[in-house]
Parts: sequence; structure tokens; C-alpha cells
Amino acid sequence: MAAYVARRLLAIVPVLLGISVVVFLVMHLIPGDPIVVMLGEKAPPEKVEEMRRELGLNDPLYVQYGRFLLRALQGDLGRSIRTQERVAKEIAGRLPATLELTFSALLLATFFGVLLGVIASTKQHSLWDNLSMVLAVAGVSMPVFWLGLMLIFLFGVDLRWLPFSGRLSTGVFLESVTGLNLFDALLTGNAAAFWDALRHLVLPSFTLGVVQMAIIARMTRSSMLEVVRQDYVRTARAKGLSQKTVIYKHALKNALIPVVTVIGLTVGRLLGGAVLVETVFSWPGLGKLAIDAIYARDYPQIQGVVLLIASGFVLVNLVVDLSYALLDPRIRYQ
Amino acid sequence: MRRSFSLLLMVLLLSSILAGCAAGQPANPTKPATPAKILVFGRGADSDRLDPARTMSAESTKIITNVFDTLVQFKQGTTEIEPGLAERYEPSPDGTEYIFYLRRGVKFHDGTPCNADAVLFSFKRQMDPKNEYHRDDMANAVMTLGAVKDVVRVDDYTVKFILKNPFAPFLRNIASFSNAIVSPTAVKKYGDDFFKNPVGTGPFKFVKWDRDSEIVLAANKEYWGGSPKVDQVVFRVIPENSVRLAELETGNIQMMDGLDPNDIERVKKNSELKLSSQPGLNINYMGFPLQVKLFSDIRVRQAISYAINKENLVKYLYKGAALVATGPVPKSILEYNVAGYPYDPDKAKTLLKEAGFENGLKINLWCYPNPRPYNTAGAKLAEAVAADLQKVGITATIQTMEWTAYAARSKQKDNFDGPFFLGWMGDNGDVDNFLYALFSTDNIPGANRAHYSNAKVDELLLKAQKTIDEKARTELYRQAVDLIVKDAPWVFLTHSQDMVVSRKTVTGFVQSPLGRIILREVVAGR
Repeated sequence: MAAYVARRLLAIVPVLLGISVVVFLVMHLIPGDPIVVMLGEKAPPEKVEEMRRELGLNDPLYVQYGRFLLRALQGDLGRSIRTQERVAKEIAGRLPATLELTFSALLLATFFGVLLGVIASTKQHSLWDNLSMVLAVAGVSMPVFWLGLMLIFLFGVDLRWLPFSGRLSTGVFLESVTGLNLFDALLTGNAAAFWDALRHLVLPSFTLGVVQMAIIARMTRSSMLEVVRQDYVRTARAKGLSQKTVIYKHALKNALIPVVTVIGLTVGRLLGGAVLVETVFSWPGLGKLAIDAIYARDYPQIQGVVLLIASGFVLVNLVVDLSYALLDPRIRYQ
Repeated sequence: MRRSFSLLLMVLLLSSILAGCAAGQPANPTKPATPAKILVFGRGADSDRLDPARTMSAESTKIITNVFDTLVQFKQGTTEIEPGLAERYEPSPDGTEYIFYLRRGVKFHDGTPCNADAVLFSFKRQMDPKNEYHRDDMANAVMTLGAVKDVVRVDDYTVKFILKNPFAPFLRNIASFSNAIVSPTAVKKYGDDFFKNPVGTGPFKFVKWDRDSEIVLAANKEYWGGSPKVDQVVFRVIPENSVRLAELETGNIQMMDGLDPNDIERVKKNSELKLSSQPGLNINYMGFPLQVKLFSDIRVRQAISYAINKENLVKYLYKGAALVATGPVPKSILEYNVAGYPYDPDKAKTLLKEAGFENGLKINLWCYPNPRPYNTAGAKLAEAVAADLQKVGITATIQTMEWTAYAARSKQKDNFDGPFFLGWMGDNGDVDNFLYALFSTDNIPGANRAHYSNAKVDELLLKAQKTIDEKARTELYRQAVDLIVKDAPWVFLTHSQDMVVSRKTVTGFVQSPLGRIILREVVAGR
């Protein structure tokens, strides 16, 4: 097991290397000039040229890439061209917001997705089945941006139940320890801030999670329907076990393997979807940072964010693979 | 039927869950016991760098003009100059020297006295590349301090600027945000990080900056011009225009800019909101690439100028939030009477025929896709113009490019093969900042993207720079505008309105023609 994990972790290195080369090339191939963005349209051309030289943007691509790689290996991602802030610091500032959002969306999607899926499968063709599948289809086909705006106008503006932009209300004070607001509020015993942060999370995480919830629900349903027809489930029933035990202990555990795979992929999709959701809900996270960086052709910033997201994705996939062993003892890693 | 019923049921269920989250709680449970007077201003994007000398961003300027002061400043609501940190100033008779007498007793927010040394420090770090605190991205200095030969200290509270030659826009350049006076102590202390720890003498002190989220400023109760009327100002980033307006409607923010023209009616109908609108200091234009043979023919340029219905652009595209332009300069800074090119498709056809294109013409029309401050409709502008051109027999194919790529391309020598849309926002309220920047041969390559070159115009613009007498100078600019309009290197389209929306309870806000957000006099009621 340990050897397997070590091998998998080592395999991340070539993956990241490959990604960094691809991102680097794509970034430099698309037209546009970070200096024009940095110094503004009005900057005198000689100043732009001076700045390009200063930042080494006139060097051949392989030289620029080599410089980036050398520095990155020493843990230095450079400074953002647009803001002059250290890339690592910019990312560290945004990461908690995105983690909080994606994690709560994932939680929501997984919990309700599995629940809806199980309900649908146990009561096939019933009202509940249809209801959850209608919701699932609606969730898959709704554009996130549109859904976000509709929720804002319904729950934020008309009903005024929930806040709909930012992570905390103006005037709510919260000491930052980890940057994860809910966690920080618990650590510092700040109930008011906890409640405020939680309320701010509801709409964005629902918007972000609803599509994945739908996918997970459909996956769970079809996987469950397959499993409940297996012999061992019939055996369990024949033993006289209650319906609840049969479904949740025997069937669900075996039906979960494909679902866990989907959940792993979900993390990647959530990170992608976060870009739109963060814009609609004024959520100061990584997605927003990535978009701004791309518009500004902020090369170091884009590299930093993409590498981080890619490593996160690779790690999550590793965790998913490992969790198979927990769900199905027959699976062993050597 | 059964499906839609199910959906309805689910929505109801979810609503009740969400309602449960909010039940029994006041709208804002954590409001402090003694509410400080906080003004929240919503805007679409974050600042980049809060160092006056190191930014070009309008979002940074919003903060900088509230945290810093300049030696001379713009009189509220105008582009006229009045004393600032200098209580008076004296130009020499030949206009090559200016002496500034500093206000005594002014301190930076960190307690450093604002004296001649501080002023010298602020300018030297911008002008002298060998200065320890100079940075390569201080690009404003090239534009605003290019005419300055030296700055010298006369005594503790007097400084003298020596110019290379008389330069009429000088005072307005000194009032430009980039020439704000910074605390030398803070620059030395923070070094490269001064841009996120700005210290000035202005009406508000910098408190904190959460990137992409908010910037908090606190009132400087000792401000030399009188304490601000609110205790705190929060600039909040809300990227989506409609969400920002929703926040204003619900009262979570008190002021905002970046109103979508499609929402003007929504604001006007809301009795709790008020809309401040004034002609902006900008020009929205369609330039001709004069390096392309087809467009070096003045008849083609004039024909296209006549073919475009600018009134309709204002009415339908901009929903009234713009003015028709008849020349390159907004009338708020230069009064001139030029008819320009009123909509006249027949005249356009005649001119095209004279130029040998009676059977029509095919061209490319270059545009950026996103809204810009001077063109809130983005690429829809190109669609409207193409439709007008079609009516006179010109078939225009629209080519769009994402803004960053577009801006970079427009700077190249062979930028475009057909007319291109761009705009300009004035920085200092001086006509020179429009005409010299955009039409002088000196600015190719540079801001003169049409590559327009007319020796007579060049001569007038240089002469105007050296003419200190305002009346004589205005006359020179009028002559230059006449020539430029006749040559039609651009189609002069519109000047967009600057719009700020606020709650009715907010009073004391005066719009600046430069689009600055000055909050010292603003009172924020709840």
C-alpha cells in the first residue's frame, strides 16, 4: 500500500511537468501582451519595451520556460505581472475561499445526490423516483450562471432570506487563522461570524453543487438498480434482514464504487464551475483569480493557478483509487 | 404534467429548507452596537497597485484619490485647478518655472511631516531611473513629467519646478493622480510592498485590503481640508453588474458605478435610488488605418463618416447614456462649433461614387467583444455600424478579438486592414491630453493608432503646448480640431455618460468630470 502510494505520488511529477509545458506554450501562443495590460493602453511604447526586457519576455520561449522551471523547483512561482504580488501569496489568499466553496458544494452534492439516488432506486417508477430524476435532469441542463442569478433574485432580492455576494457581511469581524471562514469562526468561538459565513455559503454552494448532485443521483440510481438484483442481496433479504439494512449496508456499499469515481471527477468539475459561480456571487476565490490572470496574460499567475489545480486533481484521484480498497476489501494495491 | 408537478413540489421543498436557514434571524445579526457611519461603494473589479506612481488602473485611482493629495488639485466638479497641498503657486513670467508654497502642518497618515523633502522624494523617485525607489513600471512619469527638467528645494516648505520649455498642461499634470505625494517614510519602510500599504495625506487612511473582495479606508479626522463626513469607506468588488445593482436595491451597499445602460429604467423607477449622470471625459471612435491605401482616400473616410447614424447609436445602443460626438474632444473641456458629419446616406453614396466605388465596397470592421467605459455595448457597436454601412453599399465583415489581444494589436505598425473601434479616456482634463496624444505625429507608434499625420496640426498642437495664455491656447486648439475633423481620420462616434447610482439617503456626492470618486463630502444616511 505505502509503496503504491509513493509510486503514485512520484507519477505526479511528470504529469505536472507536462501540464506546465502545455500551459506555458498555449499562454505564449495566444496573442496579447501582459505589459500592455500592466502599464495601460496609454503607456509609451519605449516604456513597454523596457518593461518587456526587464521581465525577460523578449527571450526565446525555452529560455523563459527554463527560468520558470528552475525557480519553481526552488518553490518560487515568481511575482504576478498584473499586481506585483508574489504568486504563491496571491494563491494562498484565494485558496481558502475556493476550498470552502467547493468542499461545501461537494458535501451537498454527495449527500443529497446519494440520498436521491437511493430513494429513486428503491422506489423505482414511483413519484419519488420521477421527482428526483426530474430534478437531476433539470440540474444537469441548467446553466450555472443563469441559475445563480435566478437564485439571487428569488432568495436574495425578492424574499431577502439570504445574502448573495461576498463571504461575510460588511461590518462582521472575523479574525483570520486559516482563511476558511467557518473554521476560523469555530476556532475563535465567534458564533455571529459563523452564522453569517454559513448564510453566505448557501446560495453559491447550492448553485455550484446542483449539477454534480444531479449526476451523482443518476449514477447512484443506476448502480443501485444493478446491485439489488444480485444474488447476495437476495440472500440478505432471505436471511430476514430489514429493508434498511439490506439497502444501506449490503447494497449501497457495493453500489458506491462507480459513484466514488464520479465524485472524484466531480472535484475537477467543481473547480471548473467555481469560475462562473465565483463571478456571480462575488466570491474572492481561485477561479476569479485565474480568469483575471488569463485576461491580463499574467503568465506567472496562470502557471501557478493551473499547477495548483492540476496537483489537487491528481491527488483527489489518488484518494479515490485508495478508497476503492476501503469499499471493497477484494481490491488490493501493491 | 406529472413532471412539472414534481418540479414544483421540489422547489417548494427547497424553499422551505432555505427559509429554515433564515428563520428567526434579523437581516444582519452582527451589526455593531454603535453603528459607525460606513459607506459601502460597489464596483466591478479590484485595484491592482495602490501606489500612485505605479498604476494606470481606474480602479486603483478610485482609492488613490481618496488616500493621497496632489500639490494642486481639481476644483470639485470641474477641471479647473485650485491649491492642494501647495497653498499657492507662482509661474515665472516665461512659464518655464513654477514655485509651490506648501501648506504648513500637514502630516502623512504615519505622522511624517509633509514638507519640501517629501515632495522632492515623490517626484525624484518617478523621474530619476537611478533613484533607489524608482521602479520600471512608473510609466505615468514619462507622460506627466516629460517636460520637467528638475525639481529643487528652495526651503523647508517651498519647491521649484524647472521646465525644459514653457508647457501649458503642466499644472493639470501636477494634479494628475500619479503625481500624488507619498510618505517617504512609508516608501522606505515597505519598499516593493508600498503599493499594498499606501500612506498619503488624504481625507481617508488606508486600513486593509482583501484582494478581490474589499478595500477599507477610515476617515482621517485631522485632514487639512476638514474631516470626512463618514467614519469608514468600504470599496467592495461585485463583478456582475446586475448583482451589484441588486445589492444597492437591497441596501447592502450605498453607492456603485458601472451601471448597465439596460438597467437605467430599473433605477429610475426605484424611488429609493438616484442616478447621477454627466458627460464623461472620453471619446468613442472608429479609426481608419491610414497606412492602408483604400483609407488614405479622404472621400472614402468622409463617406463612411456620413453613413453612420450616431443619433441612433445614442438612442438605441446606449439607451440615452451618451452624447453624439462631432469632433475628437468632449465639449466640456473645449467649446467648438464643428458640424462634423451628420447622418447623410445620400452624401455618403455620392462621395463613394466620386471615389470610384459606386458598385459597393467590401471591408473588414475590427472590434473588441466586451463593454468598455466609452462603449458599454461592446461588439454590438460594430453590428450597428455595419448595418448602417450596408445601406450605402459597403459590406462590412466584423472581426472581433478578445480585448487584451486587440489592444496589443492596435499598437502595432500594421495594426488593422479596416476601420477599428477604440476609445480614449482623458486623464487630466487638458485638451492636450486628447489632441496631442491622439493626433500628433510624435505619437506614432503610440496613442495615435490611425497613424494620422498633418504638419499643420502638429505645428498648432506644439504651439498650444507652449502658449500659457488660455484664450490664445483655446483658439489654437479650435483650429486644430477644424483640420482634424475635415481630414476625418476617425469617425467621431459618441461621448459616454459617467454614471454613479446611490441610495437616496446618500448626499453630498459631486461627480468629477474626470470620473474620480471623491468621498470626502459624502454623507451616508441609512
